[in-house]
Amino acid sequence: MIRKILVFLFFSLNANAALEVTIAQGKVEPTPIAITQIFGADSDTARYGNTLRQIISNNLTNSGLFYTVNEDLYIQSDNLVEKVPRFEDWKLVKAQFLLSADVSKTDKGIRLRMRLYDVFNAKEIEKLQLTIPDENLIRRVGHTVSDIVYERITGETGYFDTRIVYVSEIGPLDQRVKRLAIMDQDGHLDSHQFLTDGKNLVLTPRFAPNKQLITYMEYKNNLPRVYIYNLKTGEREIVGDFPGMTFAPRFSPDSQSVVMSFSDPNNAANSEIYLMDLNTRSRSRLTNDSGIDTSPSFSPDGEKIVFNSDRGGSPQLFIMDKNGDNIKRISKGKGVYGNPVWSPRGDLIAFTKLTQGNFHIGVMDINGNNERVIVRDFALESPAWSPNGRYLIFHRQKRSNLDGTGGEVTIHFIDITGYNERVIPTPRDGSDPAWSPLL
Amino acid sequence: MLIVAGFFLASCAATNTEQGGDTDAASASASSSSGGEITAGTQEDLIVNVGDRVFFEFDSSELTVDAQATLDAQAAWLMQYPDTNITVEGHADERGTREYNLALGDKRAFSVYSYLAQAGIDTNRMEYVSWGKERPEVIGSDETAYSQNRRGVTLVSN
Repeated sequence: MIRKILVFLFFSLNANAALEVTIAQGKVEPTPIAITQIFGADSDTARYGNTLRQIISNNLTNSGLFYTVNEDLYIQSDNLVEKVPRFEDWKLVKAQFLLSADVSKTDKGIRLRMRLYDVFNAKEIEKLQLTIPDENLIRRVGHTVSDIVYERITGETGYFDTRIVYVSEIGPLDQRVKRLAIMDQDGHLDSHQFLTDGKNLVLTPRFAPNKQLITYMEYKNNLPRVYIYNLKTGEREIVGDFPGMTFAPRFSPDSQSVVMSFSDPNNAANSEIYLMDLNTRSRSRLTNDSGIDTSPSFSPDGEKIVFNSDRGGSPQLFIMDKNGDNIKRISKGKGVYGNPVWSPRGDLIAFTKLTQGNFHIGVMDINGNNERVIVRDFALESPAWSPNGRYLIFHRQKRSNLDGTGGEVTIHFIDITGYNERVIPTPRDGSDPAWSPLL
Repeated sequence: MLIVAGFFLASCAATNTEQGGDTDAASASASSSSGGEITAGTQEDLIVNVGDRVFFEFDSSELTVDAQATLDAQAAWLMQYPDTNITVEGHADERGTREYNLALGDKRAFSVYSYLAQAGIDTNRMEYVSWGKERPEVIGSDETAYSQNRRGVTLVSN
């Protein structure tokens, strides 16, 4: 009890500034925030308010940096958008921050007003008013408010108003039906949508930085090729006319090119990395080696590419210039490396590593130093960064058995400190998740 | 359509066995399911009388001595039925990333394809495709399953 009070006082001393959260500091004690009822005068606006409150509370809690103070403890039950809170009452329930909001109908649509208070300094630190034309945007409003609160308090960029594209899986493991699907980052069912019908096998979708396009691989007519899916029009287009398999696509940071692997029949079907300019439709070959070269991922400044190659015997991670020059191996540890992905902050590479019978997902500096394992299990794959570079999503698959049972595959979220792992719910099994930029 | 039928037949074969020799298993199942004469020059004929598949070592696309013997027999069979076209499928076990295994599956499929080409089979009669780790023959997370899944399969496509 005494210890708890000391922690409480410590927080209050630091409350002048927003919390400084750095990735290096390891496990962060979640900050207590109180969220009042989001008030609405009629049944529609009250319903919107409940939805918004749930979204905001879930988002902040799931980040691992906040917890929502149990509302049963709240002493003050007023709408605090226009009224100054009784800060003493909120201190008593140990809320460090306080959010209050209301929803109303206006000529222009649905209006939300929000106030964020620093309880210990007894002052308003953020206010917001926004109007949306219809209720279809309610979820996005909830995510936007969450981002504003997260950014104001942690000093980091938010990541809530984002989407995850992934591969939805169903059916026996030897005849799996896979469909592209997309959902809000929280996996809420109301936001879930299938993009393909399951007729063709689809794999490894990735967002374009411009948010409008997804590049992925599809077995159309049993020919595995890289495609682009346009989220606005629903159109699918093949990327280039290649006489063999193309796969492992990712966009360049300017969204103008796709870097991917091509297995050229005239090169013994050995996979090399190519850059395809989407405007000129010209392609350039970046690697030339008898080993497999695949899984390329651009640095956020577009100058370098990290990739996976077995040119030295076993699969390892390498970095090269964007034109293919200056190839250097960066992975140093024991094991089979794969899936390198450059962080949006530019400072880390996420990867998978198979060693001693288990897969590991970890991060390393871009020169391969300071390798750290974040999570380990029998089968882990497909790490993808949150747009703020603090979190990873990935998939985890259970062992399967000869009788056809097992093999369930789910999408997970984790802080790169290794804490706060959560399942992102999907209506069926899910794999190959990829995160959009902030919308 | 034929490709799907071939898959089904092959997958019955392997799951009905107690991890015996793959070709024996396939023939046992194929002859019992047909219950009569096998039509010459068909997928069933290839499975029962020749062997439709070869197996690879972990993370390798090199053809073993056994694999080369099977492919010699396949080449002779294809010579015997010159109107038969094939698709060679390359597959990997689940212990690698999806993308690396797609690359590996393609190299395996190409190893089979180019061996048959060197044995005199017209490349106009052949196609190849990688399925990476997407279509295991045997479900299971152990070496018994993996050794069956690291394979190149020859499918009659016409």
